[in-house]
Amino acid sequence: MKLIVNGTDVQVSDGINVGQLLFKRKVRLPDMVSVELNETVLQRAEFETTPLHEGDRVELLYFMGGGCGTHAV
Amino acid sequence: MELTLSDEQIERYSRHIVLEDVGVNGQEKLLASKVLIIGAGGLGAPASLYLAAAGVGTLGLVDADQVDISNLQRQVIHHTDDIGRDKVTSAANKLRAINPDVTVREFHLRAEASNILDLINDYDFVVDGTDNFVAKFLINDACVLGNKPFSHAGILRFDGQLMTVRPGASACYRCVFNQPPPPRAVPSCSQAGVLGAVAGVVGCLQATEALKSLLGLGGLLTDTLLVWNALRMDFRKVKVKRNPRCAVCGEHPTITTLRDEAAAVCDITGKPR
Ligand SMILES: [Zn+2]
Repeated sequence: MKLIVNGTDVQVSDGINVGQLLFKRKVRLPDMVSVELNETVLQRAEFETTPLHEGDRVELLYFMGGGCGTHAV
Repeated sequence: MELTLSDEQIERYSRHIVLEDVGVNGQEKLLASKVLIIGAGGLGAPASLYLAAAGVGTLGLVDADQVDISNLQRQVIHHTDDIGRDKVTSAANKLRAINPDVTVREFHLRAEASNILDLINDYDFVVDGTDNFVAKFLINDACVLGNKPFSHAGILRFDGQLMTVRPGASACYRCVFNQPPPPRAVPSCSQAGVLGAVAGVVGCLQATEALKSLLGLGGLLTDTLLVWNALRMDFRKVKVKRNPRCAVCGEHPTITTLRDEAAAVCDITGKPR
Protein backbone atom coordinates (compact mmCIF):
# COMPACT_ATOMS: atom_id res chain seq x y z
CA MET A 1 0.00 0.00 0.00
CA LYS A 2 1.02 3.62 -0.42
CA LEU A 3 1.60 6.01 2.48
CA ILE A 4 2.68 9.63 2.46
CA VAL A 5 5.54 9.83 4.91
CA ASN A 6 6.97 13.30 5.59
CA GLY A 7 5.41 14.53 2.39
CA THR A 8 6.83 11.77 0.18
CA ASP A 9 5.01 8.75 -1.28
CA VAL A 10 6.31 5.53 0.26
CA GLN A 11 5.38 1.96 -0.68
CA VAL A 12 5.03 -0.42 2.30
CA SER A 13 3.57 -3.88 2.95
CA ASP A 14 -0.18 -3.92 3.46
CA GLY A 15 -1.42 -3.70 7.02
CA ILE A 16 1.75 -2.70 8.81
CA ASN A 17 1.41 -0.67 11.99
CA VAL A 18 3.17 2.51 13.07
CA GLY A 19 5.79 0.63 15.07
CA GLN A 20 6.69 -1.48 12.02
CA LEU A 21 6.95 1.63 9.87
CA LEU A 22 9.34 3.17 12.40
CA PHE A 23 11.48 0.02 12.30
CA LYS A 24 11.52 0.14 8.50
CA ARG A 25 12.60 3.79 8.69
CA LYS A 26 15.42 2.79 11.08
CA VAL A 27 13.94 4.58 14.08
CA ARG A 28 15.14 2.18 16.73
CA LEU A 29 13.86 4.02 19.78
CA PRO A 30 10.24 5.22 19.75
CA ASP A 31 11.28 7.91 22.22
CA MET A 32 13.32 9.63 19.51
CA VAL A 33 10.35 10.60 17.42
CA SER A 34 6.86 12.03 17.60
CA VAL A 35 4.40 10.53 15.12
CA GLU A 36 1.49 12.40 13.60
CA LEU A 37 -1.03 10.25 11.72
CA ASN A 38 -3.44 12.22 9.53
CA GLU A 39 -2.69 15.34 11.60
CA THR A 40 -3.26 13.71 14.99
CA VAL A 41 -0.32 13.08 17.31
CA LEU A 42 -0.14 9.50 18.59
CA GLN A 43 0.91 8.48 22.09
CA ARG A 44 4.13 6.44 21.99
CA ALA A 45 2.31 3.52 23.63
CA GLU A 46 -0.04 3.38 20.63
CA PHE A 47 2.64 2.89 17.96
CA GLU A 48 2.48 -0.93 17.93
CA THR A 49 -1.31 -1.07 17.98
CA THR A 50 -2.11 1.58 15.38
CA PRO A 51 -2.57 0.06 11.91
CA LEU A 52 -1.83 2.11 8.82
CA HIS A 53 -4.08 2.32 5.80
CA GLU A 54 -3.65 3.15 2.13
CA GLY A 55 -3.16 6.90 1.66
CA ASP A 56 -2.45 7.69 5.32
CA ARG A 57 -0.35 10.78 5.90
CA VAL A 58 2.36 10.11 8.44
CA GLU A 59 4.73 12.74 9.82
CA LEU A 60 7.77 11.55 11.72
CA LEU A 61 8.85 14.56 13.77
CA TYR A 62 12.26 14.41 15.38
CA PHE A 63 13.50 16.02 18.56
CA MET A 64 15.94 18.79 17.82
CA GLY A 65 17.88 20.62 20.49
CA GLY A 66 20.60 22.99 19.44
CA GLY A 67 20.89 26.59 20.40
CA CYS A 68 23.39 27.64 23.01
CA GLY A 69 25.59 24.60 22.90
CA THR A 70 27.96 24.52 25.83
CA HIS A 71 26.05 22.43 28.35
CA ALA A 72 24.86 19.03 27.22
CA VAL A 73 21.37 17.65 27.76
CA MET B 1 2.73 57.88 25.28
CA GLU B 2 5.97 59.93 25.27
CA LEU B 3 7.31 57.92 22.35
CA THR B 4 7.79 60.03 19.28
CA LEU B 5 10.64 59.26 16.96
CA SER B 6 13.65 61.56 16.85
CA ASP B 7 15.11 62.60 13.51
CA GLU B 8 17.92 60.15 14.07
CA GLN B 9 15.47 57.34 14.75
CA ILE B 10 13.51 58.19 11.62
CA GLU B 11 16.74 57.74 9.66
CA ARG B 12 17.86 54.66 11.55
CA TYR B 13 14.55 52.89 11.02
CA SER B 14 13.76 54.36 7.61
CA ARG B 15 13.72 50.94 5.90
CA HIS B 16 11.09 49.80 8.39
CA ILE B 17 9.15 53.02 8.22
CA VAL B 18 8.80 52.87 4.45
CA LEU B 19 7.23 49.44 4.77
CA GLU B 20 3.53 50.12 4.47
CA ASP B 21 2.71 47.49 7.09
CA VAL B 22 5.17 48.91 9.63
CA GLY B 23 5.39 52.68 9.30
CA VAL B 24 6.02 55.07 12.18
CA ASN B 25 3.32 53.42 14.26
CA GLY B 26 4.85 49.98 13.86
CA GLN B 27 8.32 51.26 14.70
CA GLU B 28 6.99 52.95 17.83
CA LYS B 29 5.35 49.69 18.73
CA LEU B 30 8.69 47.89 18.42
CA LEU B 31 10.46 50.50 20.55
CA ALA B 32 7.84 49.98 23.25
CA SER B 33 8.11 46.16 23.04
CA LYS B 34 10.00 43.71 25.22
CA VAL B 35 11.40 40.36 24.09
CA LEU B 36 13.11 37.77 26.30
CA ILE B 37 15.73 35.56 24.67
CA ILE B 38 16.57 32.43 26.62
CA GLY B 39 19.98 31.17 25.54
CA ALA B 40 22.59 33.54 24.08
CA GLY B 41 24.02 30.93 21.73
CA GLY B 42 23.52 29.59 18.23
CA LEU B 43 19.87 30.66 17.97
CA GLY B 44 19.84 33.52 20.47
CA ALA B 45 22.82 35.21 18.79
CA PRO B 46 21.22 35.90 15.39
CA ALA B 47 17.77 36.41 16.93
CA SER B 48 18.96 39.03 19.40
CA LEU B 49 21.20 40.82 16.86
CA TYR B 50 18.28 41.36 14.50
CA LEU B 51 15.84 42.27 17.25
CA ALA B 52 18.28 44.88 18.57
CA ALA B 53 18.91 46.28 15.11
CA ALA B 54 15.14 46.39 14.56
CA GLY B 55 14.75 48.63 17.60
CA VAL B 56 12.88 46.32 19.95
CA GLY B 57 13.05 48.59 22.98
CA THR B 58 13.87 46.05 25.67
CA LEU B 59 15.72 42.78 25.24
CA GLY B 60 16.24 40.37 28.12
CA LEU B 61 19.02 37.80 27.77
CA VAL B 62 19.17 34.67 29.91
CA ASP B 63 22.25 32.43 29.91
CA ALA B 64 24.42 30.96 32.65
CA ASP B 65 27.37 30.01 30.45
CA GLN B 66 30.65 31.53 29.39
CA VAL B 67 31.88 31.89 25.84
CA ASP B 68 33.92 28.89 24.70
CA ILE B 69 36.09 28.74 21.61
CA SER B 70 33.85 26.00 20.15
CA ASN B 71 30.90 28.43 20.21
CA LEU B 72 32.43 30.86 17.75
CA GLN B 73 31.72 28.75 14.64
CA ARG B 74 28.03 29.75 14.85
CA GLN B 75 27.36 32.06 17.82
CA VAL B 76 28.21 35.16 15.82
CA ILE B 77 27.40 37.60 18.62
CA HIS B 78 30.53 36.45 20.49
CA HIS B 79 34.00 37.38 19.28
CA THR B 80 37.34 35.67 19.81
CA ASP B 81 38.21 38.24 22.50
CA ASP B 82 35.12 37.19 24.44
CA ILE B 83 36.31 33.66 25.23
CA GLY B 84 35.81 33.11 28.94
CA ARG B 85 33.43 36.07 29.33
CA ASP B 86 29.84 35.54 30.50
CA LYS B 87 27.70 35.07 27.39
CA VAL B 88 25.07 37.56 28.55
CA THR B 89 27.75 40.23 29.07
CA SER B 90 29.41 39.51 25.74
CA ALA B 91 26.06 39.54 23.92
CA ALA B 92 24.74 42.65 25.72
CA ASN B 93 27.87 44.62 24.73
CA LYS B 94 27.27 43.89 21.05
CA LEU B 95 23.56 44.63 21.20
CA ARG B 96 24.16 48.01 22.87
CA ALA B 97 26.84 48.82 20.31
CA ILE B 98 24.47 48.00 17.44
CA ASN B 99 21.64 50.09 18.79
CA PRO B 100 21.78 52.42 21.81
CA ASP B 101 17.97 52.70 21.67
CA VAL B 102 17.74 49.21 23.14
CA THR B 103 17.71 48.53 26.86
CA VAL B 104 19.43 45.19 27.42
CA ARG B 105 18.77 43.31 30.64
CA GLU B 106 21.32 40.65 31.53
CA PHE B 107 20.29 37.56 33.46
CA HIS B 108 23.37 35.51 34.19
CA LEU B 109 21.50 32.45 35.34
CA ARG B 110 19.86 29.28 34.12
CA ALA B 111 16.10 29.34 33.55
CA GLU B 112 14.55 26.96 36.05
CA ALA B 113 11.13 26.08 37.37
CA SER B 114 11.68 28.37 40.35
CA ASN B 115 12.53 31.52 38.37
CA ILE B 116 11.13 31.24 34.85
CA LEU B 117 7.65 32.64 35.47
CA ASP B 118 9.20 35.76 37.01
CA LEU B 119 11.64 35.98 34.10
CA ILE B 120 9.01 35.89 31.35
CA ASN B 121 6.40 37.95 33.18
CA ASP B 122 7.45 41.39 31.95
CA TYR B 123 7.88 40.46 28.25
CA ASP B 124 5.65 40.50 25.19
CA PHE B 125 7.33 37.59 23.43
CA VAL B 126 9.84 34.87 24.35
CA VAL B 127 12.47 33.30 22.08
CA ASP B 128 13.58 29.80 23.04
CA GLY B 129 17.23 29.58 22.05
CA THR B 130 18.16 26.80 24.45
CA ASP B 131 19.97 23.61 23.53
CA ASN B 132 18.34 21.00 25.73
CA PHE B 133 14.95 19.41 26.03
CA VAL B 134 14.39 19.95 29.73
CA ALA B 135 14.74 23.70 29.14
CA LYS B 136 12.58 23.58 26.01
CA PHE B 137 9.71 21.86 27.82
CA LEU B 138 10.13 24.18 30.80
CA ILE B 139 9.91 27.26 28.55
CA ASN B 140 6.86 25.79 26.82
CA ASP B 141 5.06 25.05 30.07
CA ALA B 142 5.95 28.42 31.60
CA CYS B 143 4.79 30.31 28.52
CA VAL B 144 1.53 28.32 28.42
CA LEU B 145 0.89 28.91 32.13
CA GLY B 146 2.02 32.55 31.89
CA ASN B 147 0.15 33.09 28.60
CA LYS B 148 3.19 34.39 26.66
CA PRO B 149 3.55 33.86 22.93
CA PHE B 150 6.90 32.30 22.10
CA SER B 151 9.04 30.84 19.36
CA HIS B 152 10.35 27.32 19.77
CA ALA B 153 13.25 26.16 17.62
CA GLY B 154 15.78 23.37 17.35
CA ILE B 155 18.76 22.64 15.12
CA LEU B 156 20.92 19.59 14.49
CA ARG B 157 23.46 18.81 11.76
CA PHE B 158 21.88 20.25 8.57
CA ASP B 159 18.33 20.41 9.95
CA GLY B 160 16.30 23.00 11.72
CA GLN B 161 12.70 23.35 12.84
CA LEU B 162 10.58 25.93 14.54
CA MET B 163 7.04 26.71 15.59
CA THR B 164 5.33 29.66 17.19
CA VAL B 165 2.99 29.10 20.11
CA ARG B 166 0.12 31.33 21.11
CA PRO B 167 -0.97 29.74 24.39
CA GLY B 168 -4.59 28.68 24.48
CA ALA B 169 -5.01 29.48 20.79
CA SER B 170 -2.53 27.17 19.06
CA ALA B 171 -0.71 23.89 19.56
CA CYS B 172 2.14 23.99 22.07
CA TYR B 173 5.47 22.15 21.92
CA ARG B 174 4.14 19.55 24.35
CA CYS B 175 1.04 18.98 22.17
CA VAL B 176 3.43 17.67 19.51
CA PHE B 177 6.37 16.21 21.43
CA ASN B 178 4.66 15.17 24.66
CA GLN B 179 7.70 14.90 26.94
CA PRO B 180 11.50 15.15 26.82
CA PRO B 181 13.26 12.18 25.22
CA PRO B 182 15.28 10.02 27.62
CA PRO B 183 18.86 11.23 28.13
CA ARG B 184 21.15 10.19 25.27
CA ALA B 185 18.28 9.06 22.97
CA VAL B 186 18.82 12.17 20.87
CA PRO B 187 22.29 13.47 20.04
CA SER B 188 23.17 17.05 20.92
CA CYS B 189 24.91 19.48 18.58
CA SER B 190 28.16 18.97 20.49
CA GLN B 191 27.97 15.24 19.74
CA ALA B 192 26.49 15.30 16.24
CA GLY B 193 27.54 18.72 15.00
CA VAL B 194 25.64 21.50 13.32
CA LEU B 195 26.38 23.69 10.32
CA GLY B 196 26.86 27.16 11.76
CA ALA B 197 24.78 28.90 9.13
CA VAL B 198 21.83 26.62 9.94
CA ALA B 199 21.72 28.19 13.40
CA GLY B 200 21.81 31.62 11.76
CA VAL B 201 18.87 30.90 9.46
CA VAL B 202 16.71 29.42 12.18
CA GLY B 203 17.56 32.17 14.69
CA CYS B 204 16.65 34.79 12.08
CA LEU B 205 13.36 33.00 11.44
CA GLN B 206 12.67 33.22 15.18
CA ALA B 207 13.42 36.96 15.12
CA THR B 208 11.06 37.32 12.15
CA GLU B 209 8.28 35.55 14.05
CA ALA B 210 8.90 37.76 17.10
CA LEU B 211 8.70 40.95 15.01
CA LYS B 212 5.54 39.76 13.23
CA SER B 213 3.95 38.91 16.54
CA LEU B 214 4.84 42.31 18.05
CA LEU B 215 3.56 44.14 14.97
CA GLY B 216 0.50 41.93 14.49
CA LEU B 217 1.55 41.19 10.92
CA GLY B 218 0.96 38.25 8.62
CA GLY B 219 0.53 34.62 9.55
CA LEU B 220 2.63 33.18 12.35
CA LEU B 221 3.93 29.61 12.46
CA THR B 222 1.12 28.70 14.80
CA ASP B 223 -0.26 25.16 14.53
CA THR B 224 2.66 24.65 12.17
CA LEU B 225 6.06 23.06 12.59
CA LEU B 226 8.39 24.41 9.92
CA VAL B 227 10.91 21.67 9.15
CA TRP B 228 13.96 22.61 7.12
CA ASN B 229 16.70 20.46 5.66
CA ALA B 230 19.59 22.55 4.37
CA LEU B 231 21.10 19.81 2.19
CA ARG B 232 17.93 19.30 0.16
CA MET B 233 17.08 22.96 0.82
CA ASP B 234 13.45 22.10 1.40
CA PHE B 235 11.22 23.91 3.87
CA ARG B 236 8.14 21.92 4.83
CA LYS B 237 5.24 23.22 6.87
CA VAL B 238 3.78 20.39 8.93
CA LYS B 239 0.30 21.10 10.24
CA VAL B 240 -0.02 20.33 13.93
CA LYS B 241 -3.07 20.58 16.12
CA ARG B 242 -3.74 21.23 19.78
CA ASN B 243 -3.70 17.87 21.48
CA PRO B 244 -6.66 17.35 23.83
CA ARG B 245 -4.39 15.01 25.83
CA CYS B 246 -1.61 17.61 26.16
CA ALA B 247 -0.40 17.64 29.76
CA VAL B 248 -0.18 21.42 29.93
CA CYS B 249 -2.77 22.86 27.51
CA GLY B 250 -5.10 19.89 26.97
CA GLU B 251 -8.58 19.26 28.32
CA HIS B 252 -7.36 17.80 31.60
CA PRO B 253 -3.96 19.35 32.25
CA THR B 254 -1.75 17.57 34.77
CA ILE B 255 0.91 20.28 34.71
CA THR B 256 -0.51 23.22 36.60
CA THR B 257 2.64 24.31 38.41
CA LEU B 258 6.20 24.11 37.21
CA ARG B 259 8.69 21.55 38.40
CA ASP B 260 12.15 20.88 37.05
CA GLU B 261 11.76 17.87 34.76
CA ALA B 262 14.23 15.63 36.64
CA ALA B 263 12.09 16.00 39.74
CA ALA B 264 8.96 15.20 37.76
CA VAL B 265 10.51 11.92 36.60
CA CYS B 266 11.26 10.99 40.21
CA ASP B 267 7.67 11.72 41.16
CA ILE B 268 6.30 9.39 38.51
CA THR B 269 8.59 6.44 39.09
CA GLY B 270 9.01 6.97 42.82
CA LYS B 271 12.76 6.77 42.51
CA PRO B 272 15.45 8.66 40.65
CA ARG B 273 16.39 7.22 37.28
ZN1 LIG C 1 -0.22 21.69 24.47
